[in-house]
Amino acid sequence: MSPAAIMLSMTVNGEPVQVAAPPHWTLLEVLRYRLDLIGSKQGCDKGDCGACTVQIDGVPQLACLTLAIHAEGRAVTTVEGLGLLAGGVHPLQDAFDRHTAAQCGFCTPGILLSAEALLRKRGREVSRAEVCEALAGNLCRCTGYTKIIDAVVDASRVMAGANTQEAGRGE
Amino acid sequence: MASDDAEREATGDGIGEASAAVGDEASEQAERDRVAWQLGKSHRKVDAMERMRGVTRYTDDLKLPGMLHAKILRSPHAHARIKSIDSSAALAMPGVFAVVTGQDFKIPYGIIPWTPDENALAVDKVCHVGDGLAALAAVDEDTANAALRAIKVEYDVLKPYFDPEEALKVRDREGTINPYSRKGNVSKHVLLEFGDIEAELARADLVIEGEYFFEGTTHGAIEPHCALAHVDGGGVLTVWSATQVSHYLHRELAKVLELPAHKIRVIQPPLGGAFGGKSEPFDLEFVVAKLAMKTGRPVKLLYTREEVFYAHRGRHPMKMRHRTGFTRDGGLLGVDARTILDGGAYSSFGLVTTYYSGQLMCSPYIFPAYRFDSTRAYTNKPACGPKRGHGSVQPRFAMEIQLDKASVALGLDPIELRRRNAIKAGEKTVNEFQVGSSGFLECLEKVERSSGWVAKRRELPYGRGIGIAGSTYISGTNYPIYPNEMPQAAVQICLDRSGRARVFSGANDIGQGSNTMLAVIVSEELGIPLEDIRVLSADTDLCPVDLGAYSSRITLMVGNACLDAAQRLRRKVCESVAKRWGVSRKRVTLAGRMAIDREDPARHVDSAQAFQWAEADHGLLGETGSYNTPKDRHGEYRGGTIGASPAYSFTAHVAEVEVDAETGLVEVKTIWIAHDCGKALSRKIVEGQIEGSTYMGFGEALMERHAVDPAHRGVHVGPSFLDYRMPTFLDTPDLEAMIVEAPDANGPYGAKEAGEGPLHSSIPAIANAIYDAVGIRLDRLPFSPQTVLAALRQREERERAGQLAPHKPADRESRRSA
Ligand code: FES
Ligand code: FES
Repeated sequence: MSPAAIMLSMTVNGEPVQVAAPPHWTLLEVLRYRLDLIGSKQGCDKGDCGACTVQIDGVPQLACLTLAIHAEGRAVTTVEGLGLLAGGVHPLQDAFDRHTAAQCGFCTPGILLSAEALLRKRGREVSRAEVCEALAGNLCRCTGYTKIIDAVVDASRVMAGANTQEAGRGE
Repeated sequence: MASDDAEREATGDGIGEASAAVGDEASEQAERDRVAWQLGKSHRKVDAMERMRGVTRYTDDLKLPGMLHAKILRSPHAHARIKSIDSSAALAMPGVFAVVTGQDFKIPYGIIPWTPDENALAVDKVCHVGDGLAALAAVDEDTANAALRAIKVEYDVLKPYFDPEEALKVRDREGTINPYSRKGNVSKHVLLEFGDIEAELARADLVIEGEYFFEGTTHGAIEPHCALAHVDGGGVLTVWSATQVSHYLHRELAKVLELPAHKIRVIQPPLGGAFGGKSEPFDLEFVVAKLAMKTGRPVKLLYTREEVFYAHRGRHPMKMRHRTGFTRDGGLLGVDARTILDGGAYSSFGLVTTYYSGQLMCSPYIFPAYRFDSTRAYTNKPACGPKRGHGSVQPRFAMEIQLDKASVALGLDPIELRRRNAIKAGEKTVNEFQVGSSGFLECLEKVERSSGWVAKRRELPYGRGIGIAGSTYISGTNYPIYPNEMPQAAVQICLDRSGRARVFSGANDIGQGSNTMLAVIVSEELGIPLEDIRVLSADTDLCPVDLGAYSSRITLMVGNACLDAAQRLRRKVCESVAKRWGVSRKRVTLAGRMAIDREDPARHVDSAQAFQWAEADHGLLGETGSYNTPKDRHGEYRGGTIGASPAYSFTAHVAEVEVDAETGLVEVKTIWIAHDCGKALSRKIVEGQIEGSTYMGFGEALMERHAVDPAHRGVHVGPSFLDYRMPTFLDTPDLEAMIVEAPDANGPYGAKEAGEGPLHSSIPAIANAIYDAVGIRLDRLPFSPQTVLAALRQREERERAGQLAPHKPADRESRRSA
């Protein structure tokens, strides 16, 4: 039987959350088993595939290698929260949809979170090489990556366009 | 299509009177001439957005009240008799609900009905490291894992066999690995001969002899296998499983659990990849079902990644010896192939694999004589089975290198050599398979042009090379796994008053997009957009039987069944609209969420109205469609049906590589792929299949290796995604996918497969490019730096000994002087 649970507080997708879980549980276990945020996937449970990628304070992390207590007091973003960042459908999700970048979609949540961090950091159109570099920790077995790269570059273009428009309006 | 349509008309669908037959013919013609409004476009998949929002529930995302978690105890020995299992201490632990062992599953099963040679859990002996022998259900995974450690097993360890040739020599019962085998360690032997191979090789101007070894690889779907079972108050057992063959799972569950099939419901939730790795029942499905029956609680089991590697059923290691004869101008005269397949401990699909290793080699080239002699051995390893490109990826590797060697020996351009031997539409292969359409020549031409082949052949320097290979694959097998006369595919479609369609299909969407494919067909025929179509699939209670996602059968077979049903509905709807407008049916077409008068497009009504008129005329709008294969495609000999298909796809690959002669590192720069899929129903999905297949072949060529270590009692050499290296974003070359469309009369709108064919020639194209780059022939996979370096050293020695002329000497000279 599992040892006595401890209480954790963190912000998940913008909402403050208090949750009880055994102290040895990973963030992935807490997200999936306690908070029902099943969007984060378990592909290997040992840090090799990237399917469990979430963001902690905006930085992509492997939730299967992160103890839940490590996220205490911090802000966690999962794929369920990605749309919230954009107030609906995130441009990345839309681009993935248009390019058929998700086949089985099992790797997709993790890839979206790694990609979002890249686009936020760059704040401009990204190159294919930059995408490959940033996503090298996320395995996809279905797509051969081509359509994913297409989609991320496309989304960065769309977002850069939106930024310029906003800046234009500001003037 | 034409004959199909005529037949559908002739047998009648209950909507038109006999007198309308002439008008119908004209109308069918008009239908065929109409402009496609959905076909061949790119579509948003019907189920992708919810996956990207993280709300899709895959099997492991399901949770039921009171659910228990199961774990399986696995053998640490490769070969051992089970003397005793004592699970009393485990069962006594708090939180443990039930234990099962092989004694609970005494009925053997197997995906191929002729070879039921495995039990859900081992009964008397374990046959490979990782073989399951007991399982239990507990409140959570931690408790289950702790309880597993409390189960005591006594083994009588036996001598293990890891080498198939050694295993084949064993004659005694003691050394017979599989408990059900009646022929020692021979799992299957096939010898087939067509034409006079010895005579052809004797008259050949050139005979190339080669030996090749393809060490196994595995599927590596990112979602591990998972199953959940629950027995409801009425005694119906529901099993949710990450499977790609719900129907076969349904049958085997009924058999092993001794339950009537109608008391079992199998549901395949959205799936996280499969590639053949989920195409038969696994121990976990039987285990959760039995534990749910015993405890009365829902029970779930999720494989660890390590367990997935041991469950395997991946590509067979094959040792291949080929002799290939040619005329002086490159004409292919015959192939003599001898193959040893390392099957692992159980049959799986092995009977079929053994046939496929020979039967699928008789295209895309035509030749007058062929012999293949394939033997599958049992060994003490995880069982091998079907992986994308089942059974034919390994011999294709051998075959295409043989052709490349011949082109060098004959001084012929390797593309030209392939062109000269290409099979044409309407020809019969040497093993008597009828080939319908063929776009192979166009595939060759496309990759030749887009890769800049001609110039690169001349100009690429030492270390840089370009290679070609071709291949073919089936669009479903002509005969199902268990013999029966019923349709191979069936679909049911209902239309409702709001203008929507519901499609019920037993087919398994495993990420390849088959649900979207069905929606595209319904959309095309009924004029409503994809978002108005709900595809409900792979639930044995709700959907008609479908045989599953294997052998690239779904687009052709289920697509045809869907088209059948959709066209019946289309006729009803068009007829009712025509009646209201007082025009002939052929004037009405459906597109853009409307019914439109072809001759006066300003006149139209929305689809909901059209469906309501049709419902008023005909009652509830529902139709079924079925598909069965043509029975004139195969050869008249024992085994002549295996590998026969209604339609064949064709592929050509050109790979460009750079080989670092210092380190042996191979970098694949670009792969150009042209694939003949008959007709692309949804463009980006087809491209995605081509890219995904090519990527997978690329990984097998350069880095993937699934093997056990005899020096460590047969444990897997690296059962993790860290050790089993699959290409990442950074490893993968540029993939240039090109669609070729040679429509096949047997496919829906001419469509053939795209999911497996484009894998095959990926590997030999890379091998041939490496030869072009540095002059070494790699006859073993994968092409790791060690293998490449060893081959380079060997070549150097032979050059020094004067047995070989230097490769690309001009270029090396100029570099040396520079
Ligand atoms: S599940 Fe976390 S890296 Fe694979
Ligand atoms: S889409 Fe299936 S693993 Fe990436």
